[in-house]
Amino acid sequence: MKRTVIAVAAVIGLGTVVSAETATPETVVMDEYGSVEMSLTGVAGDPVAGKEVYGSRSMGNCVACHQVTSSGAAFPGNVGPSLDGAGDRWDEAQLRGIVVDAKMTFPESMMPSFYKVSGYIRPGNAYTGKAAGDELGPLLSAQQIEDVVAYIATLKE
Amino acid sequence: MKRTGLLQTAGMIALMTMATAATAQDDSQLVVNGEIEMITDAPAPENIGGLKTIYSGWRFRQSEMQELQMDDFENPAALLFDDAAEAWAAVDGSEGKSCASCHDDVEASMIGVRAVYPKWNETKGEIRTLAQQINDCRTDNMGAEAWKYDGADMTGMEALVSMQSRGMPVNVATDGPVADIWAKGEEIYYTRYGQLELSCANCHEDNYDNYIRADHLSQGQINGFPAFRIKTGKLTQTHNRFKGCIRDTRAETFSPGSDEFVALELYVASRGNGLSVEAPSVRP
Ligand code: HEC
Ligand code: HEC
Repeated sequence: MKRTVIAVAAVIGLGTVVSAETATPETVVMDEYGSVEMSLTGVAGDPVAGKEVYGSRSMGNCVACHQVTSSGAAFPGNVGPSLDGAGDRWDEAQLRGIVVDAKMTFPESMMPSFYKVSGYIRPGNAYTGKAAGDELGPLLSAQQIEDVVAYIATLKE
Repeated sequence: MKRTGLLQTAGMIALMTMATAATAQDDSQLVVNGEIEMITDAPAPENIGGLKTIYSGWRFRQSEMQELQMDDFENPAALLFDDAAEAWAAVDGSEGKSCASCHDDVEASMIGVRAVYPKWNETKGEIRTLAQQINDCRTDNMGAEAWKYDGADMTGMEALVSMQSRGMPVNVATDGPVADIWAKGEEIYYTRYGQLELSCANCHEDNYDNYIRADHLSQGQINGFPAFRIKTGKLTQTHNRFKGCIRDTRAETFSPGSDEFVALELYVASRGNGLSVEAPSVRP
């Protein structure tokens, strides 16, 4: 059952707009409602890799704030809403926009902006407490975002 | 253990402490040594926005952790009191004096001190945290070297002094000469620092009682500081806790003893006006 859902999602993923260039945090195009229509990489997101991004402490760590019943993750946080059924509530462009910069969909949201590199107050060098260097990378890579979006899109009631 | 940030380590800590049902804001009351009654909830002070009731961090801990703070025989911090008591009586510096030379018995002279710090010093026209006051005594009155702001000597001495106020309500002044510093602390409290763009208020005002991974968020009160942390086996100073929380937002932190942290301490202390001084508390 789960497998077919994932397979279907992958097929849908392949069907989305393909761009030759990877969008950078500076060039990504977001509409006024916070959606990002175009794939950031042109490479379809992989929901299996996306589940890893979702749960991994060193990647998205979405589980710090969200709960997904089917993920089986221990001790999920509850600062954000449960993502069960999020694939029904939001389309792919909306999900991509939420992960890229949630504050454009939910003003003042506590959710971090995962594809943004400027506008921070005292940005640090990861978790060292020291100042960030000149090159501040986004929290997730473009493909990691495509992957986690593909994973969230599979979460249907 | 490599430090990877709070959002990261939370899950592991939960496994270490074996989570049981948490007891936030239940009716459990803290009485230490069967005699010191602690106020662990109180109406929020008037100048604090966003909270109706303030709660001690103790109320958010699991019962096993809570119990460690109920009896000094169980409290691991108590093992450190002997060292601090010795330091209280030890002569140090060019003046040939100890703390006791000026203040006699710590158990009598230091009652109530913790409850009103950080505090304005009229003579010097400056605000002082308890650590800054202790260092001022060392340099100006004893002719001794200042201790490292968050070193073990200082934190132990702060704990010894703080203990003498256990049970007394925190009552720091927020107006008069400290009004501007307090306002600066308030601004820092609501600033969303770092690449995760999180303010103290995001976690400790908007989301207390929720969980970030397995971490049960408290209101981030400092009435129990210095706190003994099981994870590090050491007493932790207020400014160290601030530093850890800011670092975990992927931000460049401020330093212990900095003007920013002194202002933040004054502001956060005042958010606890009305709760009992609990130091040394026990935390995961
Ligand atoms: C620090 C907390 C935090 C983290 C980490 C976090 N989120 Fe969120 N998220 C939230 C909050 C809070 C909301 C609710 C929106 C609001 O602010 O009103 C939300 C909302 C959402 C929504 C819409 C939910 C719905 O069902 O309507 C999605 C989808 C989402 N997040 C996905 C993610 C993904 C994917 C990640 C990791 C890459 C992530 N979040 C990481 C806090 C977080
Ligand atoms: C990403 C979430 C987060 C942010 C932002 C944050 N903290 Fe914390 N803080 C925690 C967690 C988790 C703990 C441990 C559990 C608890 O007591 O809440 C904690 C604990 C504390 C404690 C110890 C409370 C006790 O009773 O032991 C204090 C004090 C504190 N924080 C103050 C602050 C201040 C001041 C700021 C802003 C400079 C801040 N925190 C920002 C998550 C956060």
